[in-house]
Amino acid sequence: MTHKSLLTADARIKKRNAAEARFKAYGLGAIIIAMLALSLLLTSVVSTGSSAFKQTYATVSVPLTEAKLDKSGTRDLAVMKKVTTIGYTSLLRDGMVAAVEELGLDTTLSAKDIGGMLSKEAAATVRNRVLANPDIVGTSVMFKLLTNGRIDGYFKGRVTMESAALDGNTSPEELQLAQELADAGVIATTFNWAFLTAPDASDQRPEAAGLGVAILGSLYMMIIVLVLALPIGVAASIYLEEFAPKNRWTDVIEVNISNLAAVPSIVYGILGLAIFINFMEFNQSSPMVGGLVLTLMTLPTIIISTRASLKSVPPSIRDAALGVGASKMQSVFHHVLPLAAPGILTGTIIGLAQALGETAPLLLIGMVAFVREYPAAYTADAGLFGEASTALPVQVFNWTQRADPGFVERASGAIITLLIFLLIMNAIAIFLRRKFERRW
Amino acid sequence: MSVSLILALGLAVLGYVIAPRRALAVAGGDARTLAALPRQYGLNALLAVLVPSFAILIAGTLAGAGAYLGWTILVVAVVGFAGSLFKITPDYRARTHAENWIKLILIAASVVAILTTVGIVFSMLFEARNFFSQYDWKDFFLSAEWSPNFRGNSSLGILPLLWGTLYISFIALVFAVPIGLFAAIYLSEYASRRMRSVTKPAIEILAGIPTIVYGLFALVTVGPFLRDYFAAPMGFGGSASSVMTAGLVMGVMLIPFVSSLSDDIINAVPQTMRDGSLALGATKSETIRQVVIPAALPGIVGATLLAASRAIGETMIVVLGAGAAARLSLNPFEAMTTVTVKIVSQLTGDTDFASPETLVAFALGMTLFVITLCLNVLALLIVRKYREQYE
Repeated sequence: MTHKSLLTADARIKKRNAAEARFKAYGLGAIIIAMLALSLLLTSVVSTGSSAFKQTYATVSVPLTEAKLDKSGTRDLAVMKKVTTIGYTSLLRDGMVAAVEELGLDTTLSAKDIGGMLSKEAAATVRNRVLANPDIVGTSVMFKLLTNGRIDGYFKGRVTMESAALDGNTSPEELQLAQELADAGVIATTFNWAFLTAPDASDQRPEAAGLGVAILGSLYMMIIVLVLALPIGVAASIYLEEFAPKNRWTDVIEVNISNLAAVPSIVYGILGLAIFINFMEFNQSSPMVGGLVLTLMTLPTIIISTRASLKSVPPSIRDAALGVGASKMQSVFHHVLPLAAPGILTGTIIGLAQALGETAPLLLIGMVAFVREYPAAYTADAGLFGEASTALPVQVFNWTQRADPGFVERASGAIITLLIFLLIMNAIAIFLRRKFERRW
Repeated sequence: MSVSLILALGLAVLGYVIAPRRALAVAGGDARTLAALPRQYGLNALLAVLVPSFAILIAGTLAGAGAYLGWTILVVAVVGFAGSLFKITPDYRARTHAENWIKLILIAASVVAILTTVGIVFSMLFEARNFFSQYDWKDFFLSAEWSPNFRGNSSLGILPLLWGTLYISFIALVFAVPIGLFAAIYLSEYASRRMRSVTKPAIEILAGIPTIVYGLFALVTVGPFLRDYFAAPMGFGGSASSVMTAGLVMGVMLIPFVSSLSDDIINAVPQTMRDGSLALGATKSETIRQVVIPAALPGIVGATLLAASRAIGETMIVVLGAGAAARLSLNPFEAMTTVTVKIVSQLTGDTDFASPETLVAFALGMTLFVITLCLNVLALLIVRKYREQYE
């Protein structure tokens, strides 16, 4: 056996060192893959969705001729309501054609096609305005109207001249004219507030679809979850952590809670459908049922985090309280609970964030329905939170099921909105933890 | 009913105000002779009215009793009110009694968790029993054909759905477990403090993203990408939604889950074991492979089982990424479907709770629940046993 210096590496040492380097590279590779997946996911969503926050509008003067809208001339709303959006469409067409002629633009398009550059929703917009204020009939009024989805897509880069040539719903001439109108300032792309406030729209008009109802529904459900899950979760944790004797019964509860945290969310949907809707006869698609289902789903999360923060309060605090004559209950409520509050709050916000993004159980309780009316928090008929509604994540799912490609953009935009809400909630949780967390 | 609720609330507040005065009066105006502070008497009166009336309210609503609920609540409230007032003597330990009511509330809250499980089991058991009275269980569990037909005469075999579920979960785990494990090892054994402080939250962001986002990612980006660059050129088929799409995206979703669980487990291995191995001359990677991993193995197995349970129960990614065709095939680029997808499709839209085509969803849900329950309990037992080993 030859002896060599320890400082010169022999073949075996080299091999071992190489193995070490490889192993480390695997670990780094795993992290890089995870980071790559995260950035890919976010860029994919943001690049398809950010354009949903912009919207193309045409500002045109629409002649509201009395002969068409109110033949009687009495401005009687009951009579004027008989004119449907179809009646308004011809007026919009006239307005658009007039705008094109005024600018002296050359086009081979028919008047019908020029009128068709506006969204089908535009007629409804004008009609609502006229019915709200009948006195404007007989005058020409400037309206800011939605253009159709293809033209909107053209200004956002989704629709090109090449794709328009293959598309039955639009033509390169139409896009050409739209470009000229945009140069003249008639058509402009602005920030899309309606996306956050308007209700959903039907299959043919993605340009009009908004998240108003969904955001309201999600808000209602979050209120229910907060009001129910926080007190129940905290009370259950206090009992299990501070009072429960260690016996078989509490062991069952404990295993049960950790199992509930891992039950597939869709199973909660089945529970909601069978118990809350079929058995207790709550309204289908109502935020009440959704909120209850999400409450049951969030409870285990809140209980687990609350117990952890109760556990982290040192026993000396309890002993000191008991020592000066407090009862066990007083020591918990006056001393332990306030000290554990930041941790409990953080856990609750994270639980809420989880509930906000949950989709599967809500599909089963009918929240995929097409809802255009803003749900009221309370009505005598439907009760508290009983009116049909949708929720943010379900609206995303709903839009992915529609044929028009404009809805993909809307769905991604809705996800951006959802992620922003989640980001805010998590930021608050992190802030609370940083600010109030105490290390004993 | 709402009238009697308001009355009960009023009684409670009244008791809260009157009881301390009555206690003082009984004690002859000297609070020191009382067994508890005067306000404890008030608290006791408040809870003696509220706790029983709310218990009746909740029990009554759950049982569906309508007509006499209001009167019952009122009676219970009055009894509680009178009882708490008449019992006041200088020796009456109001604090103990009030706290017993509070303890009752706490116990009731922890029973909600049990009730949830009971509710889950019963809701599915009940409807699944209806299903099996109309459809032979042997055909359900052993048939390889799934073709529901709302005019009747459907074939409702679970095997193709289970196959899709397991295939997708398998791909997801093959992707997520090594990456999650290696990421956890790197972060806990190699990474500098600074890198840890950046990377760990980033991985946790992945965990906080709702599954619908992953679903859309699968539908819009991953599916078409796999189709255009892998499936179509290699002749595996032209479907964007496929087992591979759903599996890969689900794998991404599971990475943070596996890595945070593994991180906990690796950190629980005592430092002395590492030090011993390093002192004998082993390199860091040898220590990890031959000491840390074997010691952490039960925990890692438990984490993998939990991840598998998550994958099997995952819904939105497969709804948007895997497709709807029930198929028994080995080709990973073909669209297949899962148990959860079919639960959604059978229970949304027009449903008729008398037909086996709708009720089958509950049998599917029951199967899903049992499978995930077994995995969860097994995993929890393993992890628990493992933790005890080093505590």
